[in-house]
Amino acid sequence: MDDTAIKIENLTFFYPSEEEGQAPEDVLSGVDLTVEKGSFTAILGHNGSGKSTLARHLNALLLPKGGSVTVFGMDTRDEELTLEIRRRVGMVFQNPDNQIVSNVVEEDVAFAPENLGIPTPEIRTRVDEALKTVGMYEFRTHAPHLLSGGQKQRIAIAGVLAMRPKCVVFDEPTAMLDPQGRRDVMRIIGRMKKELGTTVILITHHMEEAAMADRVVVMSDGQIAMDGAPGEVFTRVEELEALGLTVPDTVKLMWELRQKGVDVPLDTLDVEECAKALAEHFKKK
Amino acid sequence: MLKDVTLGQYFPGDTVVHRLDPRTKILMVILYIAALFNAKSWISYGVVLVFLAAAIAVSRIRLKAMLKGLKPVVFIVVLTSLLNLLYGRGEIIAQWWIFHITREGIKAAILMGARLVMLVMGTFMLTYTTSPIMLTYGLELLLNPLKKLKVPVHELAMMMSMALRLIPTLIEETDKIMSAQKARGAEFDTGNLIEKAKAMLPILVPLFLSSFRRADELATAMEARCYHGGEGRTRLNVLKMAARDHITLGVGLALLAGVIALAKLGL
Amino acid sequence: MNEPILKTENLTHVYSPGTPFEMTALNGVDLEIRKGEILGIIGHTGSGKSTLIQHLNALIKPTSGRVLLEGRDINESKSAIRQARSRVGLVFQYPEYQLFEETVYKDIAFGPKNMKLSPEEIDRRVREAAGFVGVEELLDRSPFDLSGGQKRRVAIAGVIAMMPEVLVLDEPMAGLDPGGCREIMDNILSYHDKTGAAVVVVTHSMEEAARRADRMVVLNHGTVAMSGAPEEIFARGDELRKMGLAAPVMTELSQRLRALGVELPGTVYTVEQMAAALLELEGGRGRA
Repeated sequence: MDDTAIKIENLTFFYPSEEEGQAPEDVLSGVDLTVEKGSFTAILGHNGSGKSTLARHLNALLLPKGGSVTVFGMDTRDEELTLEIRRRVGMVFQNPDNQIVSNVVEEDVAFAPENLGIPTPEIRTRVDEALKTVGMYEFRTHAPHLLSGGQKQRIAIAGVLAMRPKCVVFDEPTAMLDPQGRRDVMRIIGRMKKELGTTVILITHHMEEAAMADRVVVMSDGQIAMDGAPGEVFTRVEELEALGLTVPDTVKLMWELRQKGVDVPLDTLDVEECAKALAEHFKKK
Repeated sequence: MLKDVTLGQYFPGDTVVHRLDPRTKILMVILYIAALFNAKSWISYGVVLVFLAAAIAVSRIRLKAMLKGLKPVVFIVVLTSLLNLLYGRGEIIAQWWIFHITREGIKAAILMGARLVMLVMGTFMLTYTTSPIMLTYGLELLLNPLKKLKVPVHELAMMMSMALRLIPTLIEETDKIMSAQKARGAEFDTGNLIEKAKAMLPILVPLFLSSFRRADELATAMEARCYHGGEGRTRLNVLKMAARDHITLGVGLALLAGVIALAKLGL
Repeated sequence: MNEPILKTENLTHVYSPGTPFEMTALNGVDLEIRKGEILGIIGHTGSGKSTLIQHLNALIKPTSGRVLLEGRDINESKSAIRQARSRVGLVFQYPEYQLFEETVYKDIAFGPKNMKLSPEEIDRRVREAAGFVGVEELLDRSPFDLSGGQKRRVAIAGVIAMMPEVLVLDEPMAGLDPGGCREIMDNILSYHDKTGAAVVVVTHSMEEAARRADRMVVLNHGTVAMSGAPEEIFARGDELRKMGLAAPVMTELSQRLRALGVELPGTVYTVEQMAAALLELEGGRGRA
């Protein structure tokens, strides 16, 4: 069986130049990336690094100008397959207000299955199931615009889950949320990977969120600058900072200590690991 | 504040009136209006009024909400009644300067006023008890036969529901932009007309830009969720006419027939 | 301790009173903003933060209670309101969406123009404000051609150009990448350092608030739940968590370290402090 969910080969993309006669600037230049089924990949990069443009190629919202994108064996350039691709690769965007289409929560969640022509009783099952997965079932008859940002984003996730996608791309889903909303959304993403086996691609600015992934890809100037396990990528502190990014606070602390000659490990991605490593070091003495 | 304006004027509830098929309610309003305009006498007005009162009672819409909704039309009602009162024909009861009040004039004034009030209240019953989405859906289904004439019924309905969806968001946005410009010392309530119009620019420009941005993002999000027009689309909530709809429509037809019959009898 | 410049007394605000949608957003808030300080206001969504800050320049009138600018009620008269609007500068969340002029220069000039200043003074202020946020080079450009971070800085300059004595910012870093966040924070601090204005930053991120705030106020359910120096606030991590907020990562780390038997000196809530504390520990042990 083929374990590849997404295969990107030498992908190049540019937006048409606004001024005539001027050569357009590449937003993506020669990206190669293979994503395995059921994996959780975080994509990092500063604003303008091309990460959102890359994301929009994964469900044929944008089509390659050069190279190719293959999603579950389907070439995104084949227009006949567009709907098939989009039902398999769902996408959650940054601004929850601009992706909710209905004044009633359950009607909104039903939007994608309705578009796919799924029979009514089955839509009902899917909507209820998706709303329960994100913990918003009690709100099914509410008006979305009266909910909090975090709740709206959970509705948007339910709207994608109702397609029963194999892969979901999250484009900075927590950028506009408060800490509570952020925690809720991240918990749901974790559950989707674990319990539903969904392939997750998370675009984010938050290093703590990226640390939850199996793999971290760092974009810069339309190319992949780093690619590896979080423990591997986040320990390259100086490189990341040169790319306008930060590292999780715990890694930053360990890095500072090591600079001063304290012998502690660098790859402590969360508070618990960090505390343990520090305690071990300072108790040994 | 702008936020306080209730738009769509839908009062959620779970009464028989709320549960009726939106198509039934739209048709009922048409029948009701037809009956109202065929009513000529006290008796026929009474019949229509009893019907309206019953509908209001069953829907449990508070009378206060109904009366509040009448506020914007009070002026027109009073004016129409006054004109009918002062320019009536027939037996003169009282006279002053160029005005003369007649028995028929009094009757016409009361009935015309009542007709307007009842017209407004009847249409409110539709919007108060039907969610905008259901209303749009009902309209789409009723207009479906026009598809054969190449009228883009689905697209029109989708546009209407998108507008309904965006209205609360845009109101909130307008509020925010106004506050932000006020914080920079902008004043919207001073100066002459031209100055006032100019003062609106700092609100309108950002509002338009953000509406376009929103529309663009929303369109992308809809595409990502497999939207591709009305073709092959199914629905979560399918409208089905139930027994209560047939009975209600029967009552509506009887109302219209009754009023017409009364008119024929000269009542 | 500096004297207060802006004060709220028993400030209460109720939305849509007398309707089924009635909601008390603020309930008896006493807040003091002192001259030249940096104050962090923290609270989760719905804690009343945005209602509170819109009272500070009379955009919203209190249901009861008062807002005093150097002892004078800002809602007392039209001229008092006007004064409050320019002396207390308010930068809303996502302020870039309020840009509307053809050029960056004109947009920054909007506030000073409304203050009816002379053309020379307006020009001076626009250039000065542009300097604070590093957009001098962009003055002739259209604000709509700029990057997200640049737009944000132009919008902040639009408020700074009014030279407010109190600069209030609602979530100024929301949605920016780490580089953009750092730039904005530096801009705000440079305005504070050079003009001595008081700065109020409203945020739900503890890390941001912690870094430079002299004092912090925690809002919860429309009341002031805590106020004090950052170290005092962060020492109450459990209470913060109950309010849907989180203590900074380093506070959490220091708690865990203490539980594991590593004795840290004092309160620690930034990476720098933690690194210094641990180095001291390392040094001390090394010598012993």
